[in-house]
Amino acid sequence: MALATETKDIVIAVRGLRVQFGAEIILDHLDLEVRRGAVVALVGGSGSGKTTLLRAIIMLLRPTAGSIELFGEEIIGIGERAAFLLRRRFGMLFQQGALFGSLTVRENVAAPLREHTRLSARHIAEIADLKIALAGLPAGAGDKWPRELSGGMLKRAALARALALDPALLFLDEPTAGLDPVSAGAFDELVLQLKESLDLTVVMVTHDLDSLWRTTDRVAFLGEKQVVGYAPMPELVMAEHPLIRAYFEGPRARAAQEQACKAK
Amino acid sequence: MTAKPAPLPSADPAILRRDQGRYRCEGHWTLDGGIETLEAQRQDLRWATGALQLDGSGIRAIDTTGALQLLNLIAALERDGRRVQLVGLRAEHQALLDLVRGRRAAAGEARPAPPAWNGLERLGRWYWRHLNHGVEFLAFIGEAAVALGRLALHPSRFRWRALFGNIETAGVHALPIIALLSFMIGVVIAYQGGEQLKFYGANIFIVELVALTLLRELAPLITAIIVAGRTGSSYTAQIGTMRITEEVDALRTIGIPPMDLLVLPKLLALIIALPLLTVFADIFSVFGGMIVARAFLEVSFTEFLDRFVQVVTLTSFLLGVGKAPVFAAIIALVGCYQGFQVRGGAESVGRHTTISVVQAIFLVIAANALFSVVLGGVGLWR
Repeated sequence: MALATETKDIVIAVRGLRVQFGAEIILDHLDLEVRRGAVVALVGGSGSGKTTLLRAIIMLLRPTAGSIELFGEEIIGIGERAAFLLRRRFGMLFQQGALFGSLTVRENVAAPLREHTRLSARHIAEIADLKIALAGLPAGAGDKWPRELSGGMLKRAALARALALDPALLFLDEPTAGLDPVSAGAFDELVLQLKESLDLTVVMVTHDLDSLWRTTDRVAFLGEKQVVGYAPMPELVMAEHPLIRAYFEGPRARAAQEQACKAK
Repeated sequence: MTAKPAPLPSADPAILRRDQGRYRCEGHWTLDGGIETLEAQRQDLRWATGALQLDGSGIRAIDTTGALQLLNLIAALERDGRRVQLVGLRAEHQALLDLVRGRRAAAGEARPAPPAWNGLERLGRWYWRHLNHGVEFLAFIGEAAVALGRLALHPSRFRWRALFGNIETAGVHALPIIALLSFMIGVVIAYQGGEQLKFYGANIFIVELVALTLLRELAPLITAIIVAGRTGSSYTAQIGTMRITEEVDALRTIGIPPMDLLVLPKLLALIIALPLLTVFADIFSVFGGMIVARAFLEVSFTEFLDRFVQVVTLTSFLLGVGKAPVFAAIIALVGCYQGFQVRGGAESVGRHTTISVVQAIFLVIAANALFSVVLGGVGLWR
């Protein structure tokens, strides 16, 4: 029985994953597990395959070999119908927002609701407005076009769309990249608060060291085509692996660490 | 498109119930829990007046959508003059409810949308917008002319590579499609006209028919229309995408006027390439006519060409080819102008590309008509 609850608590299980483009192998023999309710970050140098891993998990990219389980369901070779049902259980925030330029913010947030539910237009609009408010945007933002939004507002609108279906699992690709420190901090807070109250599991790709210290429970460090370290931040920065040491030894990393220690 | 799959079935939907004077919320108050029926459920239930208690302990699961419905329910009851007390909610459900309530309050009330424009106002705005576009387009032509003048003073700064690159893509790469289409037009014109000529036994006049129609009118026009669809659209899409990715702004900051790099080479390349393409189209369309003349009208190649030299004056040929640079300028300027008009995102690129092709073809045909009238007026049009 204990074993059963344990496996149920694992939202993402990646085993022996290999992704290659032509002859170039991006990820090889990669293992990763994410528990329910955790905030996990994927870090690593440029080109280490963070985004590739994320895209494989959200079924945008077909791995060459290995297994990926989402909510206990194998997604390699999954049927169309099963994939459709699985897709409504996670939300994805793309790096550039990827809001549809031909739709207003409200219509953008309503799009997944229209596709996945049979609610009336009035209900959908009401729910979309709620998500826009949850993402911390002022009323009236729903009538705006994506091109009229600032960088911070764009991320919030994209978050509102990712949250549209009340997903249990949220993927964030560089959520704070390109935001000023105040907006980035506010965005971190927002994610934490939503995670607490909505019982979310969050997986993010980020380079933002402040975010890593403030928001994550565990951090997976990608290098050499694998996860070379997977631990909470205070442990990870102590790791011996040369790639991890190089990553966290710069002056910026130290400053973020000191800041985080002071805050605690 | 496949049919929309049904939403997840919910075994335990959201329910409102009256039980011994208490009002109970039960089941899954979630997106799949049939929350759209709650309003009807509220109206079906007999509600006590004055103060009442709403028991949320039976709620198995709640998400933000369910929380919204619960708040709406309470608001609706309180609107009718009742005092509602929500009790028994689990702590985590209460936290979610508070979050939704707090965030909605923080977002504030939306300002009412401005009243819709009436017909007259819409007409006025439409007119004003198009007038502005016309003025802006004239300004763009002016700017291009100034840049061209500047270039004449400093020819060393001209971007030859861009020019030759554009001649290759707009001209050389268009040769096969121009050849094929103009050949087919030549065949059709000769065949349709030939049927009539044969009826009167005037087979040899097929030469005049083919030569004059094609050289003066159809070859230049068809070529311009193909190039507008092929090259004008690509100019708009390219410049438009560069605007979105801020490449145009990057050029400005480096000190390269976008006009010099993006517009002038395209404009000059098309002014050079389109007349040459027109000559190419002349050759292939007349060849198409010759084939039909030999096959159906017993006019041999030799007879055709002998007469061709007699009836086709240099003026006829030059009039056709001479229109091409004007068409080229129209296509290039409209294409580039629409590219710079792109704002926002991908959808805008698509819209302006469409506008670019439609306007370029419209203006080419209009200019062609103007040529006929003006040249007819000065007596060149026979």
